[in-house]
Amino acid sequence: MGVIFFLIVFSLFVALVFLGAFFWAVKSGQFDDSYTPSVRMLFDDKKSSNNNKTLTNKRDA
Amino acid sequence: MSKAPTLQETTCYHCGEPCLTGEIEVHDKSFCCEGCKNVYTLLNSNDLCSYYELDENPGRTIAVGLERKRFDYLTDQDVQHKLIDFKSEKTASVTFFIPNIHCTSCVWLLENLQKLDEGILQGTVNFLKRTLTLLYNPSATDLRNIVELLTTIGYEPDLKLDKLNSAKPSSIQRGLWLKLGVAGFSFGNIMLFSFPEYLNMSEADSVETFKIFFGALNIALALPVLIYSSSDYLKSAWAAISQKGINLDVPITIGILALFGRSLYEILSGTGAGYFDSFTGFIFFLLIGKVVQKKTFDRLSFDRDYKSYIPISVMRLINGKEESVPVSKLEIGDRIIIRNQELIPVDSVLESEAALIDYSFITGESAPIKTTKGSPVFAGGKIAGQYAEMLVTKKVEQSYLTSLWENESFSDIHIEKKVTGFADRISPYFTYTVLVIAVLSCIIWLQIDPSKAFTIFTAVLIVACPCALALSTPFTLGSSVNILSMNGLYIRNTDIVEGLSKVDTVVFDKTGTITESEQALLRFKGKDLSKDELDLVKSVCRASIHPLSKKIFSHLESHQLVELTSYEEIPGKGITARRNGQTLVLGSRGFVIEQSLFEPESLPKKGGIGSQVHIVINNEYKGFFEFQNQPREGIADLIHRFKKMYRTYLLSGDNEKEGQKFAGLFGGWTNMYFDQSPQQKLSFIENLTEQGNHVVMVGDGLNDAGALQKSNFGIALSDDMSSFSPACDAILDGDELKNLDQFIQFGKISMNIILASFGLSLMYNLTGLGFAVTGHLSPLVAAIIMPLSSISVMVFTSVTTRLKAKKMGLRIWV
Repeated sequence: MGVIFFLIVFSLFVALVFLGAFFWAVKSGQFDDSYTPSVRMLFDDKKSSNNNKTLTNKRDA
Repeated sequence: MSKAPTLQETTCYHCGEPCLTGEIEVHDKSFCCEGCKNVYTLLNSNDLCSYYELDENPGRTIAVGLERKRFDYLTDQDVQHKLIDFKSEKTASVTFFIPNIHCTSCVWLLENLQKLDEGILQGTVNFLKRTLTLLYNPSATDLRNIVELLTTIGYEPDLKLDKLNSAKPSSIQRGLWLKLGVAGFSFGNIMLFSFPEYLNMSEADSVETFKIFFGALNIALALPVLIYSSSDYLKSAWAAISQKGINLDVPITIGILALFGRSLYEILSGTGAGYFDSFTGFIFFLLIGKVVQKKTFDRLSFDRDYKSYIPISVMRLINGKEESVPVSKLEIGDRIIIRNQELIPVDSVLESEAALIDYSFITGESAPIKTTKGSPVFAGGKIAGQYAEMLVTKKVEQSYLTSLWENESFSDIHIEKKVTGFADRISPYFTYTVLVIAVLSCIIWLQIDPSKAFTIFTAVLIVACPCALALSTPFTLGSSVNILSMNGLYIRNTDIVEGLSKVDTVVFDKTGTITESEQALLRFKGKDLSKDELDLVKSVCRASIHPLSKKIFSHLESHQLVELTSYEEIPGKGITARRNGQTLVLGSRGFVIEQSLFEPESLPKKGGIGSQVHIVINNEYKGFFEFQNQPREGIADLIHRFKKMYRTYLLSGDNEKEGQKFAGLFGGWTNMYFDQSPQQKLSFIENLTEQGNHVVMVGDGLNDAGALQKSNFGIALSDDMSSFSPACDAILDGDELKNLDQFIQFGKISMNIILASFGLSLMYNLTGLGFAVTGHLSPLVAAIIMPLSSISVMVFTSVTTRLKAKKMGLRIWV
């Protein structure tokens, strides 16, 4: 039965990790603006693009 | 006559405005103006054309010929200091409010600004708030460059005096989320650790060690909830008591302390398992209520004063040279220049020959007023047409309009408007009743079984804790504010719905409120114009920036554009244009007479309600377009209904003669007052409220700001939600004004729902009290009653509010 103490402490620890993750999410501003990210995720990521690549993309479009 | 060479009509690739093919073109794409073309070329050369792929015609028309000098003031250290959020050697951060943010493409472009300016490090857009937060390198670029860049690509930031000292409300919100997270975390875990208790396993000897272990864990988990999550309630209760008052947080705090103290005692003394599950659950539900209540409308602003409208800077003329100065540094006697579409920041005297001034910000009346040299012009007016020079006669704080804010009603709004909700009003009675019952049952049990007296005393305090009571208000009002917003009425916060429900007097402003400011009725009076002639009129009006021309242009929607051979506009007066031997003179009565050398008598006399635009073609007088403000749709019915239910008044800045014409529309409405200045409107409302009336004021312009503030519930009417509205309690979509009586009715129903849910939660309290005074409140019973009452109140209020709204025909889904 002694293992149950360990299991409980461990489960509490896991829960604390998630609470920590929640804290991080709130503090990093994820709860401040719940709308714009839904727009932002639709953008094609062209950050690494060089000029040639974008040009061909455009022609395809 | 030969058919005019018609150009194909198309839409601008950048902004979607109608334009002609072949006029302005790059890469086979047509543009409506040089400005739009320039933006396209700039974006194209910087590889930013995804902008055009994300949304169709995402841009906004660009005003050409922007003056670089306009942003000179941004190099001023004072101004910079106020605008910049923080600044270090390598990075600086600044947040702009950009009203033009309206689509996906905007977000994309503004977050890719670093491709246009190397000095910009990162951009983050908040779409709902329409803000752009920029991180930039102050040694590589500066504020002025950034603002100029934004302006060039059509996203001019709204730089106003007041934004500079705005607090940051987001941190409060974050705190609430964290508190809720902690409470939820502890609630869930304590429930798990209480399982042995629920299953009545505590009797068995083998679990004795578990009891101690779980007890210790529960205390450890409950402590942060008491100290952190519930801190707002404890503080608020403490504040109320130290002012010798009782609000709803006082009985809540009594409950919190009783729950925590009793549980702690039970665990430490080994007499029981405590009520930590109920305690944490209680706080968790309370905080959910708070989140619901905190619902705000980010993109709307309810607390603006004049500073939100007056621009930061203005161009001043010194020795014939223009320089830009902050408005606050203007002195009496300075000579300033205001351009098309710019706001006049201070009361002045016009120095130019003539100017058209649009006072719609102030009065709601959209037709511009013609002002001649030497006449006074007032702060808040907007120049339409050519630029104007003026002499400053008053400083910004003392101007006609801004001095309204010096009135005491603005200095103590926050005290005056602080509403005590129904829940707060009944809490003293509630608290005393609970205390009396607790003490009585304690005394009675001292006679029967002294060992149980303390247990009973705390059990009563615990079970009488008004959790459900505290939830019924936020949930009902949260739902009703939500429903009302779907129907076009945006209420500042949930606390003030009660103010709407108590109304017995309704006061309307006339111009812009009862009449529609934008949709003036346009009629042509005179000889019938042929299709060809109307084509010509349309093409001429297209080139003009005068607001009336723009209206004629959009009125002649179905007509074609033709090419003109010559075009000359005298701003504020009229236009002369030529095409294939046809000459068109279009403009004010005086202009037409002067240009065509008519006898003044040959034209119809000036009269009628609205402005007129006269037309002469080939030296033959054709007639005039007349603009007349129309009452909003359904307004006559609405006023008819209001007159039956409430005292209904109309206040108008118009003169009586004009007003009486209007009054006919409403059939014998006697409570109309004309020639009202903003100050008079304010005192009129003040009189009404002092006589004990509960006044709802509906207005739209800055001239109503005082009255809106003084009324018990001020509603600002707005046709464009994102644009202008004075400080108020609620913003109403102009199209929905006709349903205002329904909204008020719904407010009343919401208050009744709150009453009903109070009844429901009291029932739970009584049931709990039954268990408590008889000594049967086990942790299990508490753990059942507490969430059950909270959840049933949440469900009851949300569902009933929606059902009632549906029954009234209001929209309940977006």
